[in-house]
Amino acid sequence: MIRFTDVHKRYTNQYEALSGLSFELDKGEMAFLTGHSGAGKSTLLKLIALIERSSSGQVWVNNQNLTRLPKWKVPYYRRKIGLVFQDHNLLHDRTVFDNVALPLIIAGENHREIGRRVRAALDKVGLLGKERNLPIALSGGEQQRVGIARAVVNRPPVLLADEPTGNLDPELSLEIMHLFEQFNQVGVTVFIATHDHELISRLSYRHIALHQGRLA
Amino acid sequence: MLSLNLPNYLLRHLQVMLYSLGQLTRTPVASVMTVLVIGIAIALPAGLYVMLHNIEKVTNQWDDASQISVFLQHTTNDSRGKQLASQLTSWPDIESVDYRSASEALNEFRELSGMDEILDTLPKNPLPPVLLIHPTKSAQQEAIQQLLERLQAMQEVELAELDMAWLQRLRTINETGQRGITIIAVLLSISVLLVIGNTIRLAILSRQTEIKVIKLVGGTNAFVRRPFLYTGFWYGLVGGIIAWLTLLITLLAINGPINKLASLYESQFNLEWLSGQMFISLPLFGLILGVMGAWLAVGRHLNDIEPS
Repeated sequence: MIRFTDVHKRYTNQYEALSGLSFELDKGEMAFLTGHSGAGKSTLLKLIALIERSSSGQVWVNNQNLTRLPKWKVPYYRRKIGLVFQDHNLLHDRTVFDNVALPLIIAGENHREIGRRVRAALDKVGLLGKERNLPIALSGGEQQRVGIARAVVNRPPVLLADEPTGNLDPELSLEIMHLFEQFNQVGVTVFIATHDHELISRLSYRHIALHQGRLA
Repeated sequence: MLSLNLPNYLLRHLQVMLYSLGQLTRTPVASVMTVLVIGIAIALPAGLYVMLHNIEKVTNQWDDASQISVFLQHTTNDSRGKQLASQLTSWPDIESVDYRSASEALNEFRELSGMDEILDTLPKNPLPPVLLIHPTKSAQQEAIQQLLERLQAMQEVELAELDMAWLQRLRTINETGQRGITIIAVLLSISVLLVIGNTIRLAILSRQTEIKVIKLVGGTNAFVRRPFLYTGFWYGLVGGIIAWLTLLITLLAINGPINKLASLYESQFNLEWLSGQMFISLPLFGLILGVMGAWLAVGRHLNDIEPS
């Protein structure tokens, strides 16, 4: 599903964030991306989400060569990638419902379908009763679950998460991880960057460890 | 992926259109100030245009009245004057001749100027008798010029003057004015573009997070651009309507004095409002400027805002 072949990412100041990275993630696999901060975890996820492009090497996602994807196609590509962030990236002047509906509105879904799918996604993350609330009225864990609902609402085959439990206590973190497991069980490829070793040691999934931009 | 469902697509446009209008009403003071600036900037050249159009109308009214005023010597008496008049009527280039005696001229002047008392203090009538000569319609510019010279050469004639001369000067002034107005209109249109562009730029900056999030979940540039274009659309449209209202109120205010002035000149002149034409063209013009200004601003800033 996700394949890196000899990927380098250099920034303009000669700093190499990723050097010669090769790995592969199967369709429907769930894996953790670990490493210290600065090891290149975020950079790697950004290459998959096409927020950044690799300096050399090839990145394939869902049988698509991202190195060759023209700029105007990037938005359509991103609709098939669910993204979850440490700081949620929610819009604070819109309700939970509107936040989750955003990807569907962008994709041009019709009104009834949007209502149906948003409620289904909120139901899955256990926030069905809070759709009229503003994000600010929710706890950190609940905000993260809104972020996850938004990431999965248009049923992407790939779900990426960058430190999704970074701001949560261990109990909530585990809850969030179980949520990701549920999506994985219905066939979504899940790739989670985290440095919480304690948490992932309690879950038996593959680790891809990064150290200074290389596989450790 | 790109399957378009037309009613759905139009519905979304309508939603964005109303949404951006709603956004504007959330900051009423700022929005009102912006549309006022736009309205005034559009009203100014439009007002000048209406004024010029009316002046043109007045001068066109006088187009066929290219008459020659022949001022006779003070010593010329009435019978000689009338005799001259009938004599001149037989000239080939002359259609008709009116004789106005010195006292008739004085009465007319008294009536029109309202300077009765001053005129009464004068020891004698300062006005000479006048022959008003209407050349034939077919007479060319040159023929009229020759006619003028012949008249000037006559013994009893003090001064022969073509009334058209000042009219031609007025027309030239008018033409100059038209060029000036075009330049003013262009400059003010540019300033409207800049005002809208700048307002949209601020709107974009204040919604940077939103734009980033929209791009992260797959929003195209067109999707991001749309609400801002509609914001420009509303600014321009409302600005144009305000321009029209401003113009209407101004014309209403000066209509009275102008009618009075026209009656003083014994003219049938009526101020032409152009209100119907302007009611369409000003909002349309504003709307086009609004969308253009928004487009320029969004185009410049959209690519700067990428998720990182």
